Amino acid sequence: MKMLSKRNGYFLAAILATGFFYFNGSDVTTSVYATGTVFALPLALAAMVGIMCERTGIVNIGIEGTMLISAFVAFFVASLTQNIVIGLIAAIFTGSMMGLVLAVMAVSWRMDQIIAGTIINILATGLTSFLYVQGKTIPNVFQSFEIPLLSKIPFFGPVLFIHGALTFLGLAIILALYVAIYHTTWGLRSRAVGEHPSSADTAGVSVARLRYINVTIAGAVGAIAGAYLALELVGSFERGFIAGKGFTALALMIFGRWNPLGALAAAMFFGLAQAYANQLMIDQIVNIPSQFTAALPYIMTIIVLTISAGKVRPPAAEGQPYEKGQV
Amino acid sequence: MSETNVDKKVVENQSEKSTKKFDVGTWFIPIIAVLVAMALAAILIKLQGLNPITAYKSLFKTAFGSIEGLGVTLGKSTPLVLSGLAVAVGLRAGLFNIGAQGQLLSGALAAAWAGVTFEGLPGYIHIPIALIIGAFFGSLVAGISGFLKAYRGVHEVITTIMLNSIVMAVADYLASGKLREPDQFLTRTSEVAESAKLPIYGNLPSGFFLAVVLAISIWWILGRTTSGFRIETVGRNLHAAWYAGIPVKRTVISAMLISGAIAGLGGAVETLGITYRYAPAFNLGLGFDGITIALLGRVHPIGITPGAILIGGMRAGAANMQFDSGVAPELVDLLMALILLLVTAPLITRFFKNSSSKSMTSGWGN
Repeated sequence: MKMLSKRNGYFLAAILATGFFYFNGSDVTTSVYATGTVFALPLALAAMVGIMCERTGIVNIGIEGTMLISAFVAFFVASLTQNIVIGLIAAIFTGSMMGLVLAVMAVSWRMDQIIAGTIINILATGLTSFLYVQGKTIPNVFQSFEIPLLSKIPFFGPVLFIHGALTFLGLAIILALYVAIYHTTWGLRSRAVGEHPSSADTAGVSVARLRYINVTIAGAVGAIAGAYLALELVGSFERGFIAGKGFTALALMIFGRWNPLGALAAAMFFGLAQAYANQLMIDQIVNIPSQFTAALPYIMTIIVLTISAGKVRPPAAEGQPYEKGQV
Repeated sequence: MSETNVDKKVVENQSEKSTKKFDVGTWFIPIIAVLVAMALAAILIKLQGLNPITAYKSLFKTAFGSIEGLGVTLGKSTPLVLSGLAVAVGLRAGLFNIGAQGQLLSGALAAAWAGVTFEGLPGYIHIPIALIIGAFFGSLVAGISGFLKAYRGVHEVITTIMLNSIVMAVADYLASGKLREPDQFLTRTSEVAESAKLPIYGNLPSGFFLAVVLAISIWWILGRTTSGFRIETVGRNLHAAWYAGIPVKRTVISAMLISGAIAGLGGAVETLGITYRYAPAFNLGLGFDGITIALLGRVHPIGITPGAILIGGMRAGAANMQFDSGVAPELVDLLMALILLLVTAPLITRFFKNSSSKSMTSGWGN
């Protein structure tokens, strides 16, 4: 139950404190936190994709591509059918397929997993930019609604319980994944396969099958993250739509030590930082060039990795293809 | 135990490869991959209700059908040879440099700055200075990733991707601020001085020859010199390299520096030879094309050139193809992705050549 490391905790406390001191008006603080949650969710969900894959020993740097192609399918199917739910379902199917492709390359073909992920990214960029059509619209987005009672809690209510359906779905997935990884047979087996596949194999767990299942489901989760951006947060699709979120998510996963709640906390930290930057610009307290706000998440990713590298331990079998009978 | 076995296999596999440089399978696969990718893309074009034959005909006629077209093709190929070479040098050292894009951008902007600033110098001094400054900034960006990899164990894939976006933001900022052409509506730098422009002989851009000479030198350095041997050994087996007393950290950093310098040079050549200035929309995707080109050329410095010419030709002919057949020029991106998928799919590799798949990278570094 090491949900937060000490350092993560300090970071979080620091940002919370600045929040309360800086924005005396509680309305502003609340809205910054609500915006932060909205920014954090796709990052956190994408980090879940990474966690599900890496816990079973598969490195997935194709998250970016999975999200991109899912957002594309979500938007264009929703536009074609004029129904966002069908768009979402189509996206989830596409995402699972991308997961399956990664599994085939990484598990069956025993390919280098970094290259396999890069192929998915380049393939997604190529397909979406080739098939992209301008000027399409979707009928509506997943609208925000209030969860009765819970949304009345001061501060936490508006921050956490007034959102669109996909935000709630995303938060539910994160909590479910946390429980599943640490408290179910599936979770135990997944972790075993990621740490020491030959032992898991000896104990009767099919390494290849579990890796296939997890990577495919992870693809579906990545699709929800992509669909969230296209169908709820932004409501459109452009070339290069994901803008590095899939990679930032990998850093968050490492920062959160492959723990769903840790990654969620890290994502909140990122989302809040972005929301703060926005708020500072709106209030015209500082005038940061827009390019630097855009680069901020990437700079922070590098800093975070530099700090945490060498101090965190990834799943032991990560990145290595498994061959039956290997020790 | 298993690890050393794998390592041994990798080493055997590699040494076998280097002794038989021109075996049929190795050079057959890329050609098959290109043809299959074109066939797959043709199906997609057909599904859009357009004619793939017209599209391909127009594409290749524009690119390779005339001397003028060939000149444009070689011009487009130049930065691709260099970005492919940059990725290849990284892969030889076991580093997956996805950051050629950012390194190339910084080289392009730095060269544009040098081309404008040092006006009045004679061409034979101005051009080398601008090229060197471009290469320097490219290697500076890559050096960050190399340093973090060597001393902090941060995986280069993540840092190079992050640096791509950071460099893009910084370059946009500079091009729309300090380095912007005065009194102009467009966001771009001023045109470089005449003395900084790379000469064009007939239709043939001189930058291309520079790129080919560099490719040959890199091939020579990797295959024939001590530092090349160090880079290759680190790439093949980190532990063996360390055990043999090779300074692994320093080699990793210098490989990244070389890789970045080549990519930066690619950007500089693009600026001084083709665009003559820097603007935010230029150079997009050149670095990523380098990944496909490097793998298409089987990570061999000289093998990269034909792949780069092919892709450069496609890029050169894409606009005309859209005019003739209605197919979007992004077809080239799709083709590149399919080629990359096919060229690396070991199923095909195994079909032609009985070799075990090898991992170029694993996990998050170490």
